[in-house]
Amino acid sequence: MGDIAITVKSLSLTRQRSARHVKEWVIDRFIYLNAWLAIAFIALIFIFVAREAIPLFYEPAAKAEVGWGRLFLAQNYGTAEAPLPYVWQPISTEPKYSLMPLLLGTLKVTIVAMMLAVPLAVGAAVYTAEFAPGWVREVIKPAVEMLAGFPSVVLGFFALIVLASWLQDAFELDFRLNALNAGLALGLAVIPIIYTVCEDALGSVPRKLREASMALGATRAETTLRIVLPAALPGIFAGVVLGFGRAIGETMIVLMASGNAAITSWNFSESVRTLAATIAAELAEVVFGSPHYRVLFFIGTVLFLFTLGINSLGAWMIGRWRRKLTGGA
Amino acid sequence: MKELRAMLGALSASLVLLGGAGHSLRAQARNITVKGSDTLVILGQRWAEVYMSKNPGSAIQVTGGGSGTGIAALINGTCDIAESSRPMKEAEKAQVKQKRGKEVVEVPVALDGLAVYVNDKNPVSELTIEQIRKIYTGAIKNWKDVGGRDERIILYSRENNSGTYVYFKEHVLENADYYPTAQTLPGTAAVINAVARDPRSIGYGGIAYGKGIKPLRVKKDADSPAIEPSMENVVTGAYPISRFLYWYLAGQPTGGLKKLVDWVMSKEGQAVVENVGYYPLPENVTAKYAGASAKEPKAKSRKSGGM
Repeated sequence: MGDIAITVKSLSLTRQRSARHVKEWVIDRFIYLNAWLAIAFIALIFIFVAREAIPLFYEPAAKAEVGWGRLFLAQNYGTAEAPLPYVWQPISTEPKYSLMPLLLGTLKVTIVAMMLAVPLAVGAAVYTAEFAPGWVREVIKPAVEMLAGFPSVVLGFFALIVLASWLQDAFELDFRLNALNAGLALGLAVIPIIYTVCEDALGSVPRKLREASMALGATRAETTLRIVLPAALPGIFAGVVLGFGRAIGETMIVLMASGNAAITSWNFSESVRTLAATIAAELAEVVFGSPHYRVLFFIGTVLFLFTLGINSLGAWMIGRWRRKLTGGA
Repeated sequence: MKELRAMLGALSASLVLLGGAGHSLRAQARNITVKGSDTLVILGQRWAEVYMSKNPGSAIQVTGGGSGTGIAALINGTCDIAESSRPMKEAEKAQVKQKRGKEVVEVPVALDGLAVYVNDKNPVSELTIEQIRKIYTGAIKNWKDVGGRDERIILYSRENNSGTYVYFKEHVLENADYYPTAQTLPGTAAVINAVARDPRSIGYGGIAYGKGIKPLRVKKDADSPAIEPSMENVVTGAYPISRFLYWYLAGQPTGGLKKLVDWVMSKEGQAVVENVGYYPLPENVTAKYAGASAKEPKAKSRKSGGM
């Protein structure tokens, strides 16, 4: 009798266990699939974009019009007195597809944005994480993070109407819309990204490190500068890299605030045209399958590889720092 | 029972849509879709409203997106009429033929004038076409060379996806490239806004009057009179920078579609053009259309002549 009861009980237990096991397995697979699905989507998007771009290099029509040399090297456009080596003029009797003004423009805007955003965001993060009293932190942190949810079209509009006039009046610039104007607005969009990551990085530095430093007689400023900042450096670097990626890919702000003239010069007060803004401005109109269409997808591929490269570089450097910090200490 | 029948109807409609015959069915019996030029979108919507109120049971859907967007939609068969502020390219017509097996039919539906504006503080108030061309191609860089102050000229242009950009390039710049420092902005309103904020700037776009800007009087050449961009001067052809706005169809229109196009080209349709603030077609163009339309359905694609 008793034996049977025990057997029945253990049977129902195993059944319960196996049911739970199945459920767990299903959930596990589901999450696993989701993770891979995200990667698969990105890969598929990349494949699609690249597939539209690649015929640029073998289709006869595209080859005649574009080619590597025309994309990147100096050409003899313009006249002998006024040579124009790098020109982006896709709608023309002789279409000109030099990517150099676009690359330079993207770089200029990004440099301005990073020069504004990095010191401000890292400074704000250090202040809120290390020095600010609790209530100040409770105000600043959500306020800065809210800036991340700001629609970029609003920032762009602000730069187009207000900021551009201020800058022009203050510095008597030739171009009302220019790299400086777009870069500053872009910086506002990048600040919250860098700030959030930096703040988390500083917060995750163990208390023990700070306490040990203080116990050895270091001041709060010395502790922050010599102990906490170096320890959080990988995280800060990750924030900067993420911000850089956002700055390169951001479209709406630069489209509205930069003037979009494809000029090749290092003058930051001149108008610029960026890679992302070019795609946004021109893709809707282009004839499908034309060389121009292929070039725009090629730009998309370049942007994709750019950000991928930058993020990988960031990840690699973070890994090295971390090893150094843990292994070396 | 009623619901079942409706469901069956929807099902069979979607089956037909899946088959190749779906498109023509939708075009004739269901709503007509019009897509394209942002310059024309307001006019298109107004035409649709008036036409639908006069023809109960007809349904017309008008959306913008740019001339090229409409043409792409015509190529892909997702619209019945493409609105365009530039003539369709031969390559695009060939694509329609290849994808849909039909010749493109071009109908000029309205006139539009392009104005060149400067800031109202600029002493210059008239330019020749040649001067405008030299300014936009970078041959003239200072206002003093055209009778203004000794200041750098700041160029504003439209984005290269606009029909206006292409038209200006072909007819004013004679196909030369815009100088690289020309800043491209989305839409006439953005150009006007920018010109109003910068005393050294020049811009172009649809004829409009705004605070802070001054539309220039334009001379065909140095000896011609300077002509004000006004409706009268555009319709008579005295003002030198004017263009047709087009509707493009794949194949000769029939049934409801033909009725709509005929109406747009009629006196009534052209009256709507004037109400919206564009310029009605000169009578020889509408008369030519009416003549061809009566003879249909075998007429060839109409060329609007000149422009």
